[in-house]
Amino acid sequence: MPYLDHAATTPMLPEAQEVMTAHLGLTGNASALHAAGRRARRAVEEGREELAAALGARPSEVVLTSGGTEADNLAVKGLYWSRTAADPRRRRLLASPVEHHAVLDVVQWLADHQGAVVEWLPVDALGRVRPEDLRAAIERAPDEVALATVMWANNEIGTIQPIAELSAVAAEFDIPLHADAVQAVGQLPVDFAASGLTALTVSGHKIGGPLGVGALLLTRDATPVPVLHGGGQEREVRSGTLDVPAVAAFATAARLTVERRPAFARRVGALRDELVARVRGAVPDAVFNGDPDPAGRLPANAHFAFPGCEGDALLLLLDAQGIACSTGSACTAGVAQPSHVLLAAGADPELARGTLRFSLGHSSTAADVAAVAEAIGPAVARARAAGLS
Amino acid sequence: MTETSGAPDAFPGAPTGPRTGPRLRVLAAMSGGVDSAVAAARAVEAGHEVTGVHLALSANPQSFRTGARGCCTVEDSRDARRAADVIGIPFYVWDLAERFRAEVVDDFIDEYRAGRTPNPCLRCNEKIKFAALLDRALALGFDAVCTGHYATVRLTQDGRRELHRSSDQAKDQSYVLGVLDDRQLAHALFPLGDTGATKDEIRAEAERRGLAVARKPDSHDICFIADGDTQGFLARHLGSAEGDILDEDGTKVGTHQGAHGFTVGQRRGLRIGHPAADGKPRYVLDISPVDNTVTVGPAEALDIAALTAIRPRWCGGTAPEGSGRYTAQLRAHGAETPVTAEVVDGELRVAFDAPVRGVAPGQAVVLYDDTRVVGSGTIAHTRAAR
Repeated sequence: MPYLDHAATTPMLPEAQEVMTAHLGLTGNASALHAAGRRARRAVEEGREELAAALGARPSEVVLTSGGTEADNLAVKGLYWSRTAADPRRRRLLASPVEHHAVLDVVQWLADHQGAVVEWLPVDALGRVRPEDLRAAIERAPDEVALATVMWANNEIGTIQPIAELSAVAAEFDIPLHADAVQAVGQLPVDFAASGLTALTVSGHKIGGPLGVGALLLTRDATPVPVLHGGGQEREVRSGTLDVPAVAAFATAARLTVERRPAFARRVGALRDELVARVRGAVPDAVFNGDPDPAGRLPANAHFAFPGCEGDALLLLLDAQGIACSTGSACTAGVAQPSHVLLAAGADPELARGTLRFSLGHSSTAADVAAVAEAIGPAVARARAAGLS
Repeated sequence: MTETSGAPDAFPGAPTGPRTGPRLRVLAAMSGGVDSAVAAARAVEAGHEVTGVHLALSANPQSFRTGARGCCTVEDSRDARRAADVIGIPFYVWDLAERFRAEVVDDFIDEYRAGRTPNPCLRCNEKIKFAALLDRALALGFDAVCTGHYATVRLTQDGRRELHRSSDQAKDQSYVLGVLDDRQLAHALFPLGDTGATKDEIRAEAERRGLAVARKPDSHDICFIADGDTQGFLARHLGSAEGDILDEDGTKVGTHQGAHGFTVGQRRGLRIGHPAADGKPRYVLDISPVDNTVTVGPAEALDIAALTAIRPRWCGGTAPEGSGRYTAQLRAHGAETPVTAEVVDGELRVAFDAPVRGVAPGQAVVLYDDTRVVGSGTIAHTRAAR
């Protein structure tokens, strides 16, 4: 069964499964003082060190969470609250309009309910934020900026943001910059210390680890207001009993994924290029979205718009042949919505309804690509006949 | 997939033998209710390749309802998805909210604005389930649309399709399908009506199939009026304007807050201050949106002898020649009554053997020949019996 939806979730690495199942048989609350607790604590701390090493962070900078969404919420809400608490003038929130909903909706919520003044940064036709636009936005009232948030790489169209340049601009003004790097880790070199970011989100299940675990990398001087209050297990910033098996497996996956990244990027990048070429061959008027330059996009991402088609009709037709992919955009009550990413990048709204995202991963093969190449032409023809409802 | 793989023991009335017809690619419309869930399960069991689809018909799908059930809520969508998971078929949600609003909701409002009483379920079957949905299904390579309606399609020896009442007359829904033409019938699958199971048997079958919707209450009200308050819905869309309530002689006997709030035959809610001369209750006889008046009178004045219906549709074929003897049904779950009917100048003229009471323009008249649905029309005019 060709699985081309790794950006949604990717199979757990066998090594991570092994670590996880070994820990599932053990008892121990990592906060407890007895021997069982100490053993759990040790596993968590070793995992923290492993994660930190893989991502260029110090162990004390790793705040473990229940996943990417929680980490994004903690970064954006928590930093907004702490920055406005320190200086009530800081109500400006600068964000890219192509963020994942875990950031986008948090930003909108802060605007709707917490008095944040949101400035959506302009993006070009590839969905990319230009550093000079961030600078211009900051300079309009630098003292009033609470934080800025720009994802490392886009989950829909794979566009990589110039994070180093953006964080250099933010640093000039002492403004914290958060990046959701859920899609970037494992596909691009991600070094937290070198990035200059204040906060960085990473998720377990997108890199071959388990579902339900993630982390916010957070510089030591950043003190976001907690979103979850309780035992204060993670630097008093995040509460909740730590999920020892998940943390250990997440750390294993992070280590292996980062180790294997150069070879992975070469292999999967070549498969992706083959996929793009064959889809374009089968459907000449397919629009390839995002950066056509491989240096500017995630190696595992291919994203198309098929004129005259509904994305969910294509999905149904490919699913019927056992091919798993995605329209790339979010659903509301099961109904696919036009991609906010493409709309922000200036795409025709009608075109934005007929999109498919093929995302590759560590288990992808040439046979997967061949299956898509064979199925896509007839599927598009049928979906076109069904039209736009 | 084989015909019986994973299938539980046979249910009363369920098809047990191997599939006799061709293996079809079937799109099962799943509302989130018990009927459509069992229908989809039976289609799978009959050997068809089934995909479930829930129609998102509400512009605001986030709304949750309590108590009464419709077919447009997030909760219903989840129930449908859960049923599809248990049956083991792919499931999608299709957004037909815009089409539904244009074809059904706006039409509903327009009809009331014009003083008529529409049936939105017929309209939905004609314009959405067996039009927008069916067309899309066919274009995507499906052969048929399957629903949980209680009705039966029979293939005649000369290859025509006939729509018949369900064998469980109490649940029969052929009335709301009376608008389907031959092409629509050719692509319709009604697994519940074909087997003669009663609603109780369907619920028991759902229970045995492990479908959580087995005990979900039936939907009765209009799905797009979430709170069941049709008057309030109409008032919001048509506004309210005070007008006169007149008796048959044109004498003002009261006032109302908007003619659209009334239906021919209605007795309650007139709030006429003083009784009629004969002391008998009065009923709505006529609604005139143009001058915003409602005419009331005694029950006998509701009796009609004949009606004219427009937009006739003929189930499974062309209009019958000349005048014929049929039975007519005038509302969902209404009684049948013998009539003589014929088509004159494209309009359906129906004469009742005995007067019938409370027939509102806008309703559908469906003609039957025994159990067979002959056709239908939208009632435009009625002629009083007196």
